[in-house]
Amino acid sequence: MLRRSLIGALSAAGLAAALTASPAVHAQTAKTLRFVPHANLTVLDPTWTTAYVTRNHAYMIYDTLFAVNQKGEIKPQMVDKYTTSKDGKVWTFTLRDGLEFHDGKPVTSEDVIASLKRWTARDAMGGVLAKFIDNYEAVDAKTFKLNLKEPCGIVLDALGKPSSNVPFIMPARIAATSPMEQIKEHIGSGPFSFKADEFKPGERVVYLKNTKYKPRSEPIDGLSGGKVVHVDRVEWVIIRDTQTQFNAIKAGEVDWVEQPAFDQISSLKATPDVRIDDFAVAGLAFIMRFNHLHKPFDNPKIRQAAMVAMGQEAYLKTQVGVPGLYRYCPSIYPCGTLYSSEKTSYFTGMANPQKAQQMLKDAGYDGTPVTLMRPTDLASIAKIPLVAKQQLEAAGFKVDFQQMDWASLLARRAKQDAPAQGGWNLFLTAWTAGDLENPLGMAMLNARGKSGWFGWQDEPRIEELKDKFARAKTVAEKKKIAEDLQVLAMDTATHAPLGQYQSPSVVRKNISNLIPVNAGVPVLWGVKKN
Amino acid sequence: MLRFLIQRLLAVVPVLLVVSIVVFLILRLAPGDPAAVIAGNSATSQEIEQVRKQLGLDQPLVMQYGIWVGKVLQGDLGYSFYLNKPVSALIAQRIEPTLALAFGTIVLAVLIAVPLGTLAAWRLGGWLDRLLSGFSVLGFSVPVFVIGYVLIYLFSMQLSILPVQGYKRLFGSDAQGLWPWLRHLILPWATLGLIYIALIARVTRASVSEALTEDYIRTARAKGINEVAVLLRHALANAAVPIVTVIGIGVALLIGGVVVTETVYSIPGLGSLTVEAVLNRDFPMIQGVVLFFSVLYVLINLLVDVSYLFLDPRIRY
Repeated sequence: MLRRSLIGALSAAGLAAALTASPAVHAQTAKTLRFVPHANLTVLDPTWTTAYVTRNHAYMIYDTLFAVNQKGEIKPQMVDKYTTSKDGKVWTFTLRDGLEFHDGKPVTSEDVIASLKRWTARDAMGGVLAKFIDNYEAVDAKTFKLNLKEPCGIVLDALGKPSSNVPFIMPARIAATSPMEQIKEHIGSGPFSFKADEFKPGERVVYLKNTKYKPRSEPIDGLSGGKVVHVDRVEWVIIRDTQTQFNAIKAGEVDWVEQPAFDQISSLKATPDVRIDDFAVAGLAFIMRFNHLHKPFDNPKIRQAAMVAMGQEAYLKTQVGVPGLYRYCPSIYPCGTLYSSEKTSYFTGMANPQKAQQMLKDAGYDGTPVTLMRPTDLASIAKIPLVAKQQLEAAGFKVDFQQMDWASLLARRAKQDAPAQGGWNLFLTAWTAGDLENPLGMAMLNARGKSGWFGWQDEPRIEELKDKFARAKTVAEKKKIAEDLQVLAMDTATHAPLGQYQSPSVVRKNISNLIPVNAGVPVLWGVKKN
Repeated sequence: MLRFLIQRLLAVVPVLLVVSIVVFLILRLAPGDPAAVIAGNSATSQEIEQVRKQLGLDQPLVMQYGIWVGKVLQGDLGYSFYLNKPVSALIAQRIEPTLALAFGTIVLAVLIAVPLGTLAAWRLGGWLDRLLSGFSVLGFSVPVFVIGYVLIYLFSMQLSILPVQGYKRLFGSDAQGLWPWLRHLILPWATLGLIYIALIARVTRASVSEALTEDYIRTARAKGINEVAVLLRHALANAAVPIVTVIGIGVALLIGGVVVTETVYSIPGLGSLTVEAVLNRDFPMIQGVVLFFSVLYVLINLLVDVSYLFLDPRIRY
């Protein structure tokens, strides 16, 4: 009897213990912000990959020497002050006091120099800057110099580059990792620290507020200003299915979904406890890229005919479809950013199939099929090739429509073979404004022929103008050169801009103070959860 | 019996050899280049080539295969191209949710389907039998994700009694207890369970109804044994072999086929890991997971075969 009672009591106790939540690693009472990123975070090294989700992760835990505000101005971030010598060849930077990595070690000039060396080895704009640098010099623990071979106008543009690859600062021992390999430790000096023991790829990423972070005194403005954190913990909850994201935000299981599907926007607007918030004001843009190596687009006149056939409205309505979220923008730089211009030569962004037909005829188009690739598994851009096919055919092109998954498209895109031998003529994609706002960072303006970006345009005049841009000293000079670059890009038909759009977030109503950032980085400092 | 077990375990080797060759070749011959995916949207052809060299993908196929198999024989499934972590560690991280989902579904399905099918067979043509037929049609024809979204709408969004998504671990340093674990699996089990309840119930009904026509059932009834004992100890026991076979196949299918449910409920299991690896052409990950599944399937089939020994004393290996 006693034994039965004892067994019963022990079983009940055991069951009670099992049923109650066992102590979790994180404090349950901490203010936790649950954020659903637009993609699964797989790679943690922001120098090794250009993936936006990795960039966004890096902004959580690293800091940068300079940062861009909403007006496009480059502002000091980790830097306290900087000077330039009279001849423009020596740039001296002094770091702010109190900068510390998450392992408690101070941020020094050595760390900065190592980080910049690693970054310039992988980044296009960084590579341009590196060509101007004669040597890096660590004057003392807080002061370092860039000694240039000749004056350069893009030092701050490069050091304050907002989008991939961003010049994040890491400890020197980590930055010593070859740029072709991924770093194994993730220690920065940013407003959050990365909780490596709670990182579960495909499930969750956890960040804790860095209580030792010393924000600047200025208010937050874009990516610049004081990075004041108002939550204790951030959890990136990985939810791949957009319907599940929708359900989760409505049920209150998450606080912020970075990119809900466009067709959910109207339903979300009608949901009482959530609101739509657009932090990436400049948004993204679609583009169509030509393969300049092979017929028919080895002929610039035929490329121009294709450009004239393009009408932005159809792309935006088809892929985005929500009025107010897209805008017409024929500039190669996103409208509303520093270098955007209305000087677009013959290109209007409004479809003119009749004119395109005539141009095609005049250019001697012989009916060579245009191999147009479409990624079927990337919902964000899967519909735009369908529009391209329609508009090209309306202009008289013969289109060979090739549908495949994104990984296959990337592999085929890298082939310089003729389309009939496994190559291609056209593909379409989207970029955030941060990657398009500066000509030196824009992949489509890499016109170095077969060693350039996919499409392999060989146009020395573009490279000369980019070089001139890098040497320009004033904003007015850069604007003029950027405009000239745009006109040349249109005349040589580097690519076709197909419209600009926003991809707003959805947040619970108790989340406030989302920071507008043109580069499209979801900034989690400054955000409040009531 | 021991000899049988050893023979079956040794048979794993040629199976794994064939599987390894097939998956290795298929990955390399199919379109898609992991180096291009890794290098990113703004990379040039030269940068992609650099990445390919770094990953060892520029080596001859035979050498790549040899290096990989050599490591596997030492227990090293390689490193994920993307996650920069050992494949075995990633499988270990994701196995709990998938096994919880698969085995929970099967247990639920068996507990419901076997009694239902037995009762339906006992009263063939009756209301329960007809209900079961209709239910089976529903289970086989409605897609899993539709069932999932409907259940979420009802129980999570409208009634707010069960969560929409996610998984709470039962084991490990971030385990949160039995109830949170159960709570997050109720809807996924119900979602996946429907089709397996339909399948197992139908097979049970067919097997038991056939057993009920046998002479030994008539003898048992003539001897005055009560109907419950007739059904359970005589009919069901003799019908168990095909039922267990289907359950075994169901488990194997479940482990590989839970990806839709994992996606709908955002459960971080092996299914979603595999899909992501395929989309990213993460060769080591895909190869590792396929090998793992192969071993699992062989072991499940072995367990099913061994269970026959206990279900049917006439079977001897």
